[in-house]
Amino acid sequence: MPRDPASAAPPDALRLRGIRKVFGGVTALDAVDFGVGAGEVHCLAGENGSGKSTLIKIVTGVYQPDPGAGIEIFGQTHTQITPTLARKAGIAVIWQDLALFPEMTVAENIAFETLLGNRPRWVSYARLRDTARAALARLDIDLDLEARLGDLPIAQRQIVAIARALVSDARLIFMDEPTASLTQSETDALLAVVRTLSDRGVAVVFVSHRLAEVLEIAARVTVLRDGRLVGVYPTEGMTQSRLSELMTGTSFAQAVTARDAAGPEVLRIENLSRAGEYDDISFTLHAGEVLGLTGLIGAGRTELCHSLFGMTRPDRGRILLNGEGLQLRSNRDAVAQGIAYVSEDRLALGLIQPQSIADNAVLSVLKRISGAGGLLSAQKKEATVSHWLRELAVKIGLPEDPVSTLSGGNQQRVVLAKWLATEPKVLLLDCPTVGVDVGARAGIFRIVRQLADRGLAILLVSDEVPEVFLNADRVLHMAGGRIIHQWDPRQTRLQDMEAAVYA
Amino acid sequence: MHSFLRAYPTEAKLFVVLILISTGLSLASPDFLTLVNVTSLLNNNAVNVIWAVGLLVVLIAGGIDISFAVAASVVQYLCVYAFAAIGGGNWAIGFLFAGTFGLALGLINAFLIHQFRIISIVVTISTFNAFFGLLMFFSSGRFLYNLPSWWSSRVILWEYQTASGTWAELILPVAVMAAAMFATWALIRRTTTGRQLYAFGDNPEGARRAGISIGRMQAIAFGWSGMMAGIAGLMQTQITKEVVPNALIGRELEVLAAVVLGGARLGGGRGSVLGCFLGVLLVAVTQNGLNLLGVSPYAFKMVVGIIILLAISTSNLDPSRLFRGAAR
Ligand SMILES: Nc1ncnc2c1ncn2[C@@H]1O[C@H](COP(=O)(O)OP(=O)(O)OP(=O)(O)O)[C@@H](O)[C@H]1O
Ligand SMILES: [Mg+2]
Repeated sequence: MPRDPASAAPPDALRLRGIRKVFGGVTALDAVDFGVGAGEVHCLAGENGSGKSTLIKIVTGVYQPDPGAGIEIFGQTHTQITPTLARKAGIAVIWQDLALFPEMTVAENIAFETLLGNRPRWVSYARLRDTARAALARLDIDLDLEARLGDLPIAQRQIVAIARALVSDARLIFMDEPTASLTQSETDALLAVVRTLSDRGVAVVFVSHRLAEVLEIAARVTVLRDGRLVGVYPTEGMTQSRLSELMTGTSFAQAVTARDAAGPEVLRIENLSRAGEYDDISFTLHAGEVLGLTGLIGAGRTELCHSLFGMTRPDRGRILLNGEGLQLRSNRDAVAQGIAYVSEDRLALGLIQPQSIADNAVLSVLKRISGAGGLLSAQKKEATVSHWLRELAVKIGLPEDPVSTLSGGNQQRVVLAKWLATEPKVLLLDCPTVGVDVGARAGIFRIVRQLADRGLAILLVSDEVPEVFLNADRVLHMAGGRIIHQWDPRQTRLQDMEAAVYA
Repeated sequence: MHSFLRAYPTEAKLFVVLILISTGLSLASPDFLTLVNVTSLLNNNAVNVIWAVGLLVVLIAGGIDISFAVAASVVQYLCVYAFAAIGGGNWAIGFLFAGTFGLALGLINAFLIHQFRIISIVVTISTFNAFFGLLMFFSSGRFLYNLPSWWSSRVILWEYQTASGTWAELILPVAVMAAAMFATWALIRRTTTGRQLYAFGDNPEGARRAGISIGRMQAIAFGWSGMMAGIAGLMQTQITKEVVPNALIGRELEVLAAVVLGGARLGGGRGSVLGCFLGVLLVAVTQNGLNLLGVSPYAFKMVVGIIILLAISTSNLDPSRLFRGAAR
C-alpha cells in the first residue's frame, strides 16, 4: 500500500554531516555530525573549547565550514548559509556573548528582528514596544523597555537576549548558555518556555554547563570533546557524573571538602552597610579558609564584593585587614592591600577583549614582571603566563592570540589567571565558574583549595548552592542585603541548604 | 520631559549651556540678542549644520570622515563645469548635480573602506589629500567668479527692516539646512535602515550575526555624508558668491568637533540631529560672542577647544539621574 505523503514524519529540523572547522592551528570541529528532530529539545554538551559555539556559528552562517560539509535545514540542503538565510529558514540564536546593542533601548534590542531587511521601512516605536512587551510576557518578566541596554546588569541583558530570540517565529532556536547568569527562578521560567516551545513544534538546541539543567530539559544530548563527536545519548537514565565523564573522559569525585580553618583572622567585617545594597554585614575570614557566600541574584552579594574591593564605599561599618582598619578609596588601594576580585561579568570588567591572552593574564602584575628601569621583562612575563595557563589548563592556540578568540569558559580561566598572578592575601571569587565546564570547575576548585592551603583567605560567592556546599568551609546565606544564616556543610544536607536558598 | 532627558542627556545639557551662554552674552553685549545678529548666525552656520548631519550618520555607523569639506570644494568645481556644459541650469538641476557628485565621492570612500578593509580614518585622510591635490592640480588654484547667476545671487527667503534701518534676512541655505536636518532625522530615527546604522556602529559583530550587510551600511553612511557635502558646497556660494579651491579645507575639524560636542560618539552607536544642531550653534554662538566682546580671533579656537574638553569631561554627568533620583 502506497504511503500517504501527508502522514509522513516531518523532516528533521537540522542535519549536519562532516562539519570541520580549523582556525589557524586550532581544529575547533573535526568531522562532526549533528541532528535535531523537529520540536526536540536537544542538548549540546562539552567542555570549554570543545566547539559548541563554533558549531552554532556554522549553522547560522557566521563562519563558513571547511569544504565537505553537508547542511540540511528542515529538509532543505544548503551549500552556503548566510545569517540572513539562516534567519529566513527559521533559525534564531541566543548568543553566548549575547551580541546585543548597548546604546539602544531594551525594546529595540528585543524587537531587533523587526528592524532587519534591506528594504527600508518606517519604524513604529509603539509597535517595537508592543513586540518587546509580548516577548517578555512569555518569560513572565518585566523590564523597563526604555532603559539603555548598556545600563542593565548582566542578568537582565541575558533576559533581553532570550526575549529577542522569542520574537521571531523561529522553528529552531539555539541557546548558547542562556542560563549562565540567571537566578533559579529566571532559569525555571526559561525552562518552562523551552517546554512550551517544544510542545508547539519548535526545536531547541540548548547549551549549558549546568548538567542538572541539561538532564532536566533535553530529550537527547550530543557530546563533543575537543571538537570531535563523542556520541548522541538519550537523557533518560543518564546521570550527571556519567555525562561529565563522557565530556571529559575522566570521572570526578564529589565530596564535601570543608574543614576547620586553622589560620589567624585576616579579614573582619563589622556592621557594614550601604543604602539600598546590603545591610549590617558582619563576618570574619581566616587565612587558609574558604568562606562560601550564597543567595539569589539581587541579594547584595556582588554589591558587597564591590565594597570589599574598594569600588564603592560603605555608608557605615568597618573593614579590618589583619586587625587594622581599612579605608579603600579605589580598587587600586584594594589591590595594593592584597585583595583580588574575580568578577561575575568577565565581558565588561575582566578582560580587554582585543588584546592577547598573554597580555591579559599579566595585566594586574605589570609591576612585578618589570625588569630594570621599569621595562617589561619578556622572560618574567612568559614565565608568569605559561605558569598560570598551565595551572588552569586553559585551552589556547598561542598566548599571542586575542582573548576574544577563546571560548567563553576559557576566557573565564584567563580572568582567574590574571588575579591569581597577583598572589593576593584575600581572594574574592564572584561566581568564578559562570560558563565553565565540569572538568574545569573541578580544576578551579582544586586550585582554590591549594591556594587556601597556602594561606590565602578566600571568599567564594556563588548562586549555585552545590558549589559552596562542596567547596567551602563555612557557608553564609545572604538575602535581601543581610546575612540571615550560617551553615557548616559537614553538618547540613545539600537539599536543606538548597531549599532554604531557593525558597 | 523626563523621558526626553533620559534619551537625550547630552542634548539637554547642551541646551542648558547654550541658554546660559546666550543669556550671559546678551547681558554683556547689546548687539548679541538682536534680530540681525541671530539671523546672520543662522545664515553663516547653515553650511556647517548640513555637513554636520552628514558626518553624524558616519559617526553613528562607527566611522569617521575627514574628507567632506574638501569633497564640497570638488563638487563646486564639478558643478561649475557641468552647469557650463549644459548651458546654465537651475536650482533643481543644481541640487541634483551637487547631490549626485557628492554621493559619488562618498561612495568612493565607502568602496575603499569596505573592499580593502581599511579603517575609515585612514581612507578619508587619503581621499582628503587626493581630492585636494587633484582639485589644486586641475584648477591651478584659480578662483571662479563666472557662476550662473541663479547660483551666485542670494536667494532671500525672508527679510525685515529693523528700527535702526538695518536689514535682517534669512537666505536659502537656512531652509536647505532645515530640510537636511529633517531628512537625516527621518533616516536615522524613523527608518529600519537608520536603526541598522546605529546597531552596526554600536556592535558590528552583533549586526553581522543578525545578517546586516556591512557593505550596505558603509555605502549609506558615507554616501549620505558625501551627498550632504555636495549640497553644502552648492549652498556655500550663497555666502561667498565665488568658488575658491582652498576655501573650505580646514572646516572639517571644526564640524567634527561640533558633532562630537553634540553627543555623537567616536566609535559609533550614538548621536542625534538635535545634538548636531546644538553643537554647531554652541560653537558659533561662542565665537560670535567673543567677537562682539572684542576678543582676538586667535583666541576663538582655544576657547572652542576648552568648551569641547569641558563637554567631554562632564559627559558622565547625566542630568536624567537627578530626576530619576527624585522620582524614587
Ligand atoms: N575566531 C576564532 N579564531 C580562532 N580560534 C577560535 C575562534 N573561534 C573559536 N576558536 C577556537 O575554537 C575552539 C572552540 O571554541 P568554541 O567557542 O566553539 O568552544 P565552546 O565549546 O563554545 O566552549 P565554551 O563552553 O567555553 O563556550 C576553541 O579552542 C577556540 O579557542
Ligand atoms: Mg561557547
